[in-house]
Amino acid sequence: MKMRIFVPRDAAAIAVGADEVATALEQVAAQRGLSIEIIRTGSRGLCWLEPMVEVATLKGRVAYGPVGPEDVASVFESMASNGSHPLQLGAADEIPWLKRQTRLTFARCGVIDPRSLDDYRTHGGYKGLARALSLGSDAILNEVTASGLRGRGGAGFPTGIKWKTVAQAKADRKFIVCNADEGDSGTFADRMIMEGDPFLVIEGMTTAGITVGATKGYIYIRSEYPHAVEAMNAAIAAAKRGGYLGDNIGGSSYSFDLEVRVGAGAYVCGEETSLLESLEGRRGLVRAKPPLPAHYGLFGKPTVINNVLSFAAIPFILAEGAKAYADFGMGRSRGTMPIQLAGNIRQGGLFETAFGVTLGELVDDIGGGTATGRPIRAVQVGGPLGAYFPRALFDTPFDYEAFAARDGLIGHGGIVVFDDSVDMRKQARFAMEFCAIESCGKCTPCRIGSTRGVETIEKIINGERVGENLALVEDLCNTMKFGSLCALGGFTPYPVLSALKHFREDFAPVPTTLQAAE
Amino acid sequence: MTAVYEPRYERWDETRGAEIIAEHSKQEGATLVILHALQAAFGYVPEAAVPMVAQALNLSRAEVHGVFTFYHDFRHKPAGRHVLKLCRAEACQAAGGDALAARAEAKLGVSLGSTTADDRVTLEPIYCLGLCATAPSAMFDGRLIGRLDERRIDALVAEAQR
Repeated sequence: MKMRIFVPRDAAAIAVGADEVATALEQVAAQRGLSIEIIRTGSRGLCWLEPMVEVATLKGRVAYGPVGPEDVASVFESMASNGSHPLQLGAADEIPWLKRQTRLTFARCGVIDPRSLDDYRTHGGYKGLARALSLGSDAILNEVTASGLRGRGGAGFPTGIKWKTVAQAKADRKFIVCNADEGDSGTFADRMIMEGDPFLVIEGMTTAGITVGATKGYIYIRSEYPHAVEAMNAAIAAAKRGGYLGDNIGGSSYSFDLEVRVGAGAYVCGEETSLLESLEGRRGLVRAKPPLPAHYGLFGKPTVINNVLSFAAIPFILAEGAKAYADFGMGRSRGTMPIQLAGNIRQGGLFETAFGVTLGELVDDIGGGTATGRPIRAVQVGGPLGAYFPRALFDTPFDYEAFAARDGLIGHGGIVVFDDSVDMRKQARFAMEFCAIESCGKCTPCRIGSTRGVETIEKIINGERVGENLALVEDLCNTMKFGSLCALGGFTPYPVLSALKHFREDFAPVPTTLQAAE
Repeated sequence: MTAVYEPRYERWDETRGAEIIAEHSKQEGATLVILHALQAAFGYVPEAAVPMVAQALNLSRAEVHGVFTFYHDFRHKPAGRHVLKLCRAEACQAAGGDALAARAEAKLGVSLGSTTADDRVTLEPIYCLGLCATAPSAMFDGRLIGRLDERRIDALVAEAQR
């Protein structure tokens, strides 16, 4: 029997040698005169075990990891003989880190071949769209609203309400736009799903198109993600060939087409109105709201603009029903969140789970503490605009409102762990510096405030009139928070103020004698 | 993949430039698409191309110049023969990226954002490659590298200088 071996083609796996492992496997098999089939999948998200290689057996897929090219010969021997191996992880589906997750969105990621429409359909793909086509617009809107799904980009706006607004708008053309400008450090869920299960994103966007009466969609992917661009383009071509994009989708009377557009290295284009400007071919200047994109969006037309993960949640909701999704979660945060554990962490990767899990469980228990083995000192949740939380706040449950109540945000679900060697003055300074580099320049608090913020924090670092300058930074943060046009200037104060509040000792005035010794 | 930083590019040629522009100018909102295509072909966006793009899209030259300068990706002159991008965002900072960036700067004798005098290597910061659980990370001539450490940085620098 031909051996079937699965090797991820996810960018994170490739970055640690997955391509070399695939080549070595082919060579070893050829040397032994054995015929094998290598299937390149997405990643299961256990990043510390990448490259994680799996072999199909009568008892399901058995995993090995992390496999380096030098391990391939012995791993192959173990696969061929069912023998034991130090890198063997047992049945892939039984790995505890995977088993304790609730994978609704990422159910197929790492399992199927992302280039194969057949594989997608065999694993339940396009079931949601089939039901959507039978339901019609109003019933779909009811399902999406009842699921409680909120925008996964970070703002948490109810998806059903957004879609309904566009559905009710009258216009000659409407658009569906997928925000795949995942620029937050510590986040990679959009990238993983686009590379590992791209048809899911297409299905979600197609469903949106049918619901609101749009026939054209764009996926705006950042240029830092070349593998995701390639995966989405390949999937779009396959979906067109299979009759799932273009005219008469799935044999219905609906038409929907998709196009990938690539960003050009501007973080601010992750802000939805800036993204729309960029799609129109202009500088990514933020637009004032209102009007909302739902009324006046791409090329001035009513537009649904959602994050990749929002669209990716739709097929499950349609296939299994709103209640199946809403049964997970807490409070007003319903369903699951693909959480990303990153930075200095022992077991980093993608962990999809129902809302409500605490920050401490995530970083200590699931993440296993730091990679360096030193104590965790700070955790930044929600990207460069998210707050730094100390251990004292590790009881915070993962929930939009719970984080907001503690002056933080969950954003796009990225968690970056720092050990006790972190200098919080440096992190506060970087938050301002990043804002200064990436500001679109339209509003003054963000454009000027961020530069003044860098300068003032530098003065604090240098021990210049520390008390006065700390007060100045706090004042400046308030101006930026309440006076900026979008979340870039408006949220940069979160990391800065949280660093000041929770890690005040780092900002304490240093006696002159000590300063000279430094 | 990664056509953007292929070491060999076409030499700028007006006819070829016009061809590339014409190929994409019918798309709605084509400015970024065209600038990307020009840079993929020539390795940078030649100044002479800016008024051509403006004319093709019925925009002012200032508008196209504005777009070209707004986005970090577009180059006004060719990069070095190799491009080494080091992620400088928080997840990579947490995993020891600061020291590795300083090491690369010292080895190459340039600071982030500049090119060595012999035009061999351009060293640039990048803000997140989405490899945050296998940090620190880098991109070398379009190739992704995760779990960077001193040994790997030294190997990359040596490869770049070859």
